Amino acid sequence: MSGSEWTDPRPMSPHLQVWKWHWTMAASIFHRVTGVGNYIGAFLVSAWVIAIAAGPETYATVEGIMLHPVGQILLFFWLASVLFHLVNGIRHMLWDGPKVGFDPKVASGWSVFNFAISILAAATIWSLATNLF
Amino acid sequence: MSTNFETPTAAARGLGSAKSGTEHYIRQRVSAIALVFLVPWFLYAVIAASRSGYDGAVAFLSAPWNAILMILTLGAAFYHMRLGMQTVIEDYIGKAGMKQTLLILNTFVTLGLFAATALSVLKIWISAGA
Repeated sequence: MSGSEWTDPRPMSPHLQVWKWHWTMAASIFHRVTGVGNYIGAFLVSAWVIAIAAGPETYATVEGIMLHPVGQILLFFWLASVLFHLVNGIRHMLWDGPKVGFDPKVASGWSVFNFAISILAAATIWSLATNLF
Repeated sequence: MSTNFETPTAAARGLGSAKSGTEHYIRQRVSAIALVFLVPWFLYAVIAASRSGYDGAVAFLSAPWNAILMILTLGAAFYHMRLGMQTVIEDYIGKAGMKQTLLILNTFVTLGLFAATALSVLKIWISAGA
């Protein structure tokens, strides 16, 4: 990141590299990574919404970007990113609210499930959207 | 006779929270609860609206319920995005000037995108003459 001079004198939390990798850690990191990814992807989806109001010519330009292979790859990763953030976000709510799923084995298994379901759901939704419609 | 040697600053610092410490956390969760329902609809909406070109997209957003749900989704999503990106900036950007600049930019970008997209949805719905 661009903040090279750390001016805050308070202690920092341990760095990423001192932790042993495990699934709950990966899910936590990916929750933040996908959150930032969703933010960036929202620019493309916003452009699409604005293009509908702007008229057929602008819409054709944006549609061209979205249907281009690069646009399609970005949209697929954005879909997977949104789905992971959604299912992992629901897990965060269950941690915060009813406080379930803290057992390490359950938490690890749940993390693997969240990764698997978001990729599977993205592939399923993508194939349904492109083949059925 | 008072035996409290605390300075006024130390006394003030010892007062604890200014009653807004959980505000960000609660707002993040409330917008998340809304998005649990809105995001699945939104994914369906983008697919349904984009499958038949420009006319199909206009027709989709001309339906009042679609326009209402789209504006609600945009509002909840941009709000949630602003809170989330705020935390990321606060966590990783230590340099004061850069941090403040990015925090302000984050607010401007999310509010600007909400205004532009919500106005677009309204324009499509109003133009449809419902």
